[in-house]
Amino acid sequence: MAEYREIIFNSDKIQTDDYFVNIGPQHPSTHGALRIVAKLEGEIVQSIDPVIGYIHSGIEKMCESLSYPQLIHLTDRMDYLSAHMNNEAVCLCIENALQVEVPERVKYIRTIMDELTRIASHQLWWCATGMDMGAMTTFFYGLRDREPILDIFEETCGARMTFNYNVPGGLMFDIHPNFQKRVKDFIRYFRKKLPEYDTLLSGNVIFKERTKGLGVLSKEEAIAWGVTGPSGRASGYSCDVRKLHPYSAYPYVKFEEKLATDGDTFWRYQLRIEEMWESMKIIEQLIDNIPEGDFAVKMKGVIKLPEGEFYQRVESARGEFGVFIVSDGKKNPYRLKFRSPGFSNLFVLNELVKGVKIADLVAIMATLDLVIPDIDR
Amino acid sequence: MKALFNYIKEVLGGFYTLLQGLGVTGKYLFTPWNYVTQSYPENREKLQMFERFRGEVIMPHNENNEHKCTGCGLCELACPNGSIEIISKSILTEDGKKKRIIDKHIYHLGMCTLCNLCVRACPSDAIIMGQKYEHAVYNRSNLTKVLNKPGSKIMEGIKE
Amino acid sequence: MAFSIYDFTDLAQSIHNGLSSSLTPVWTTVIEWAIIGILYILFVALFGLFLVYAERKVCAAIQQRIGPNRVGPYGFIQTIADFIKLLMKEIINPKGVDHFLYNLAPYIVIATVFIIISMFPFAPGLQSFDFDIGVFFVTAVSSVGVIGILLAGWSSNNKYSLIGGIRSGAQIISYELSVGLSLITMIILSGTMQISGIVNGQADGWFLFKGHIPAFIAFVIFIIAGTAETNRGPFDLPEGESELTGGFHTEYSGIKFAFFFLAEYMNLFIVAAMVTIVFLGGWQPLHFGTGNGFNAAMDLLPPIIWFFLKVCTIILLIMWFKWTFPRLRVDQILTLEWKYLLPINLFNIILMSVVVLMGWHW
Ligand code: SF4
Ligand code: SF4
Repeated sequence: MAEYREIIFNSDKIQTDDYFVNIGPQHPSTHGALRIVAKLEGEIVQSIDPVIGYIHSGIEKMCESLSYPQLIHLTDRMDYLSAHMNNEAVCLCIENALQVEVPERVKYIRTIMDELTRIASHQLWWCATGMDMGAMTTFFYGLRDREPILDIFEETCGARMTFNYNVPGGLMFDIHPNFQKRVKDFIRYFRKKLPEYDTLLSGNVIFKERTKGLGVLSKEEAIAWGVTGPSGRASGYSCDVRKLHPYSAYPYVKFEEKLATDGDTFWRYQLRIEEMWESMKIIEQLIDNIPEGDFAVKMKGVIKLPEGEFYQRVESARGEFGVFIVSDGKKNPYRLKFRSPGFSNLFVLNELVKGVKIADLVAIMATLDLVIPDIDR
Repeated sequence: MKALFNYIKEVLGGFYTLLQGLGVTGKYLFTPWNYVTQSYPENREKLQMFERFRGEVIMPHNENNEHKCTGCGLCELACPNGSIEIISKSILTEDGKKKRIIDKHIYHLGMCTLCNLCVRACPSDAIIMGQKYEHAVYNRSNLTKVLNKPGSKIMEGIKE
Repeated sequence: MAFSIYDFTDLAQSIHNGLSSSLTPVWTTVIEWAIIGILYILFVALFGLFLVYAERKVCAAIQQRIGPNRVGPYGFIQTIADFIKLLMKEIINPKGVDHFLYNLAPYIVIATVFIIISMFPFAPGLQSFDFDIGVFFVTAVSSVGVIGILLAGWSSNNKYSLIGGIRSGAQIISYELSVGLSLITMIILSGTMQISGIVNGQADGWFLFKGHIPAFIAFVIFIIAGTAETNRGPFDLPEGESELTGGFHTEYSGIKFAFFFLAEYMNLFIVAAMVTIVFLGGWQPLHFGTGNGFNAAMDLLPPIIWFFLKVCTIILLIMWFKWTFPRLRVDQILTLEWKYLLPINLFNIILMSVVVLMGWHW
């Protein structure tokens, strides 16, 4: 007993140690095999250290040994929620290098597919965010509304997640005859359901209290860390590639780049909801005006890029996705590098979580919208 | 006084948003027959995949056990991950010429990423994407298939 | 032997008479205790399993799913099958746990449940303990359960469990206050702490209707605080699975985990039963005034069915909360209690006193 008293009253004899908690790699809220080593003081997070690489699959290296049409299908498996944008980025890069002009029809279809993918991705993000905050039901509502989009994809592309629908020079198939009708049905349906998302989660006082003013990312920091996509735009960093470097049919449509200034968790959330509305507007402008024409231009049997370096960026659901190809004139790339949005967005996390609670760490992580294969590649 | 008023407003406003949320879920709670899920193994008979659905690579044969594959090996070349192996053999045709035909078209479903490139590459449309979606097997070796049926021949009129 | 589904007093009396006519008083008491004990264990096991099943079906309905539908008709036997699976699972003792406390914790949690349930009158004559500080006793015992949770969190030698346990401690201790205060509000109205007295006092109308606005405020606060005390969503921080994987019971498996699980659902029952007893008249049918035709019609349904109808309605409400709202953060839980519920509650007590003093209640 005397010993204890001595220890208690002479606090310099108490041995203290940092309290580390491993969140992941097997943890429900990291949405994949990501490990976050969090240094805690009680409930309060001091700092975190993301450890990545658990599902690294060496896609960039693999691409060096594949021909250009073959490597596209690997990009499906990086950011599997914006598979279509990734496919398109590679195809655009190849087409630009070869100076191939794709038909208008292809551009329109690609843009519609992009926006559908964006909606589907944001829906899944919404489910997961709700679930991370403890509202289980959101998960099922989000998946319910994502199902019609996946059906559209399945009917036209033949797959639900890993489409491989783009090929250099165009598309793999023409759109299915039902495509336009289904898309229009979906937009009508989803315009009714999206307000439900607001009432259920974002209108809720608990949600607002939990997210407002939490994990604030300033514009300067966002630029410094290269945070793009809705996460960057919530801080007022205008980084929408669709506006800044328009590609495919984006020059033909009118839409707004949604910006916010607060940069907190709530606005990162809110911007994604607003992006879904914008995406629906874009689709509505295009869906009735798909021009007639070929769905692909005839390419050579073996595609060889001219010697040189080529870069193409697109706006994926998570931010700026870039493809950098170094070619030495052979049929496969000499080096291929993907600039994935998730990677930059993850590493800003440490700046955001200092001094928040563990529950907030999960919430902030959710609104950064991390997809782990996108980070690990 | 103003603080008190704000306090009450805050409490009631918060309550109202919660009630709205309850309204959304309540709408579904009291109509439990409006479910959106499907009872999977029961609806197996009715479940119709879309015609472009990519389930596996198959080689259709006609009623005379004939297929269209010439054994050219373009699909093997197109495949990004080596899921297809073509083993060909040479035979003597009736007019005494030597000819290479397909012996075994080996397809590793376990490695296939269902990317559709082989189907696009095939000049004679010998392989297509099948609609089967239940691929679970007890042994991995069962995923390696020979697509041309035993004793099958190439269809008349398919040129190299 | 007189038997009536409307009143169990005669039945209990005749069992007692029958036993004491052939046995010494000591043996009579022992056998009566044994019967009651077995009945309670059966009740807890069966009703707990029913609640698990109900929760699954309710959340399935909210989420537009079907829910369990494979084992038995409408999946009715699913939870029993799950329970058998849990019983057969290996009981894992992780390295570095404090064995005595680790093994003790689930029993504390489940024992609390039994003690509290023994206080509840399910129907006239169907109550095993009834003394003059009944409500006080229930609140006192219900805070013992948190010791089990704290012990579980502390002894598991797991960081998630520890955080979960501490969270649970902070949460339950503060919400105890709101539960207590809203009960006091109702005690002012009823004038007694004896549970049978409270129920009998509502023969001519439930306290929820008798007490006007203050009773309604107390009702809402009690349901919120009660939900928090059972560690259910949106207050399920101690086991918030998106942060703490399993919270305080992360390291438990098999039957010990089942104890925590069952205790959680029985706590739900306890809160619902307390709401029923204090606000909704316990087993009393819906009455307005005395001796009119409406009351006679309501009396046709046996009291025990009334009791469970009300309990199930409240349980449905609490489940509905869980599947709708996002989880609160730990500091918000405390803010909610100390900044909102407590002041409103204190104000409400004054309001209720005024109402009772002026005789505005019926
Ligand atoms: S679908 Fe793709 S991966 Fe599969 S065999 Fe054909 S080319 Fe290879
Ligand atoms: S399937 Fe088609 S591409 Fe492959 S070997 Fe046969 S004919 Fe050639």
